[in-house]
Amino acid sequence: MKFLRAILLAGLGLLPIVGQAAGDNQGKPNAGANQTILDTAGHYPIPGSYAATILGTPPQLRPDLPKQVDSRRLALEVLPGLSKPEVFFYDEGLHATFAKQDKKAPLIFLIAGTGSNDLAGNLDTMMKAFHQAGFHVVTLPSPTHPNFIISASRSHIPGDQHDDAEDLYAVMEAAMKEVQSEIEVSNFYLAGYSLGGTNAAFVAKLDEQRKRFNFQKVLLINPAVNVYESVKRIEATLDGIPGGPKKIGNFFNSMVEKFTQTYRQGTHTAFDDNFLYSVVTSHELTQEEKGGLIGLSFRINSAGMIFASDVMTNGGYVVPKNRIIGSTDNLDDYFRVSVHLSFLQYFDEYFYPYFQAKRPGLTKAQLIDAQSLKNIENYLKSSTKIGAVTNENDFILSAEERDYLKSLFGDRTKIYPVGGHLGNLAFKDNVAYMLNFFKPAGDK
Amino acid sequence: MNALTISRLRSLLSVVCLSLLLVGCATSNRTVNNLPEVPAKHTIAEISDGYVARVEDPWGGFNRSMYKFNYHFDKYAFLPVVRGYEFIMPTVAQQGVSNFFENLGEIRNFYNSVLQGKGGQAMTAFGRFLTNTTIGIGGLFDPATSMGLAQKKEDFGITLNTWGVGRGPYVVLPVLGPNTVRGSTGLLVDGVVRSEMLDNGTGWSNGELNSLTMLDAIDTRHNQPFRYYESGYPFEYEMVRFLYVEKREIDAMK
Repeated sequence: MKFLRAILLAGLGLLPIVGQAAGDNQGKPNAGANQTILDTAGHYPIPGSYAATILGTPPQLRPDLPKQVDSRRLALEVLPGLSKPEVFFYDEGLHATFAKQDKKAPLIFLIAGTGSNDLAGNLDTMMKAFHQAGFHVVTLPSPTHPNFIISASRSHIPGDQHDDAEDLYAVMEAAMKEVQSEIEVSNFYLAGYSLGGTNAAFVAKLDEQRKRFNFQKVLLINPAVNVYESVKRIEATLDGIPGGPKKIGNFFNSMVEKFTQTYRQGTHTAFDDNFLYSVVTSHELTQEEKGGLIGLSFRINSAGMIFASDVMTNGGYVVPKNRIIGSTDNLDDYFRVSVHLSFLQYFDEYFYPYFQAKRPGLTKAQLIDAQSLKNIENYLKSSTKIGAVTNENDFILSAEERDYLKSLFGDRTKIYPVGGHLGNLAFKDNVAYMLNFFKPAGDK
Repeated sequence: MNALTISRLRSLLSVVCLSLLLVGCATSNRTVNNLPEVPAKHTIAEISDGYVARVEDPWGGFNRSMYKFNYHFDKYAFLPVVRGYEFIMPTVAQQGVSNFFENLGEIRNFYNSVLQGKGGQAMTAFGRFLTNTTIGIGGLFDPATSMGLAQKKEDFGITLNTWGVGRGPYVVLPVLGPNTVRGSTGLLVDGVVRSEMLDNGTGWSNGELNSLTMLDAIDTRHNQPFRYYESGYPFEYEMVRFLYVEKREIDAMK
C-alpha cells in the first residue's frame, strides 16, 4: 500500500506506523523506480530537503542487502508487575528485534527515530547491513513509540533525554538477558537515527557509569542537537499550510484529493513509488505542501504518543481522568483531538508540569536545555568513540547546530551536501560509511 | 448453485454468526475505582477543522470487535497453521502454490475486465491464463510475466464500483479482515463463480476441493504481511480503515 507513502510518508525517522499497519513494505520499495531521477554520477540524487525526506533512497541506489535476515521479535518484560490498561490489551511487552550470528561477533544496538518501533524501515535496512557485515543486531523502538511508553518507560512520559536513556539502558539489559545464552559477544556498539541518535549520545554517557556494555563506538545519524529546537522546526512545517496548523484536517483531505486526482488524470498505471517520485519531484507540490506532509506525518505519530502516555498516567489530557477505555471502544475522537495538539503544547501543558512537580523550581528553559547535547558536552567532547552523520540540508538542524556537531566530534563528523532528514540513510555510500565507522582501526 | 457450494457458503455464514455472538457490547462507562470522571483538558469542542483519515463507520462497534477477534484468530489458529506450512514446504513449492492460485485468479480478472469493458486487459488475463496453464505447467510457474504480460488484478467489487454502485459501510469481516459492503458482495460473487467453476469444470471430489480451499486460504495469509496490532500504534484501526477504503478507490481508477 504505497498510497500512504505519498500521503502520510515515511520521513523523519517517524516510521509510517500506518504503513506498517496496512502491510506496506515501507523501506522496501518496488524495484524499477523512476529512472529519470537517477542522473547521479554516484551521488544521492534528490536535491530538495523536503523531497528527500519524503522519498528516501531509490531502490537502485541502496546497497545489495539480503531480502530477509533470520531474525526474531523479542517481547521483553522490563517493568515487572505492570498492569496494562484494557485498551492496550495487545501489548505483549517491549518489542525488540534480534538477529544473531552463529559465531562470536560484535553486537550493535540500533535505536529508532521519533514514533517508530523496532520494525521501522530504516532500522530494517540497518539491521540487514550490519548483520551482513557480521554483527549480532538488536533493534529498539524509540522511547516515543507507544509500545515503549506502555511497557518500558517508568514514568510513561516520553521525551526527557535522561529518563529515556535510563529506560533504554534497562531495555538493552533485558534484551541481553533474553539472548545471552544463544550468542557470544566480542564487543558492544550503538547507533541511532534522528531522535534515536540523540538518545544514543545520552545512553553512551550513562554506559560510562554503568559499564554493562562498554560501548566501543557510537554513531549518531541525523541526530537532533537540541530536541526541543528540532521539534519546533518540524512543527513549523505546518505553518505554511492554508489556515495554519489548526487546519491539518483540511490539509490532509486536500492532499488526498490532489494525489488521487493526479493519479486519475496521469499516465501512471499503478499507485506506487514511481508515481510518488514523479509527483514529489515535479512541480505538482509546493514547498509548503511538502513541508506540510512532513509535519502531518509527525503529528500522526505524536498523536499516538500523547494518547498512550495520557492513558498510562491517567493524566486527563485527552482522555477524561479516571475513564477506563475498553479494548473495542471507539477512539475516533481521541485521535482527532491528539492529532490537533502540537508537540509544543504537549511540552508546555503536560511534560513540563510533570517535571516541575518532581523538581520544584525547575524552569522551562532549564528543562529545554536538559534535552540538548550541550547538556552533556563535556563528556561528548572528551570521548573519541562517538561520531555523527548528517546532511547540510537536514532541516531539523540550524547551521550553528551543524557546526556544533563538528566542534564536538571533529573528523568523526560526516556531513553530506544533500539528503534532507534521513532521506539518504539507505544510500549505499552512507551505509558503507556507517559500516566502516564501526570497523576496528586495523581493518580499515 | 449446487449443494457443495451451498454447504461452503453455509459454513462461511456460520463463522460470521459465531463471530457475531462473540462480539461484546459497545462503549463502556467505567471508571478507575468508580471515581467520578473529570473532563479532559482537550476535547473535540475546540476543533473546527476537517477530519484526518476519516471514514464513516456506522458499524464501528461490530467492526472493532471483529478486528480484535481476527487478531486472536490469527494468533491462535491461522498464523500457527501458516507457519507450519512455511516450515514444511520448500520455498520453491510455496511460490508454485502462490502462482497456481494467482493463475486461477486470472479467470476472475478476465470476466471482471470484460464486465468493466476493458477489452485489452481481458485479453491479457486470458493470455496469461493460457500461457501459465500450458507453458507454466498448470499455473505452477509464471512465464507470462517475463513475456511481458503484466498481471492486473480485478474483482467483482471493483466491477461494482465501475458500475457506479456505492461503497456502503466499512465492515471488518471475520477472518477475511477489512472490507466494505460493496467489496464483500464482490467477494461473495467471485467466490460463488469460482466454486461453481471448480465443481463443474474439474471433476475433482469434494474432499479434493475442500483441501484446495484450505490451501488457498493458507496461501493467501502467507502472502499477506499485515499483522493485527503489529504497529503498536493506538489508532491503527482508524488508519487501516482509511487506507483500506482509499486503496480500493484507487484500485478502481485504472
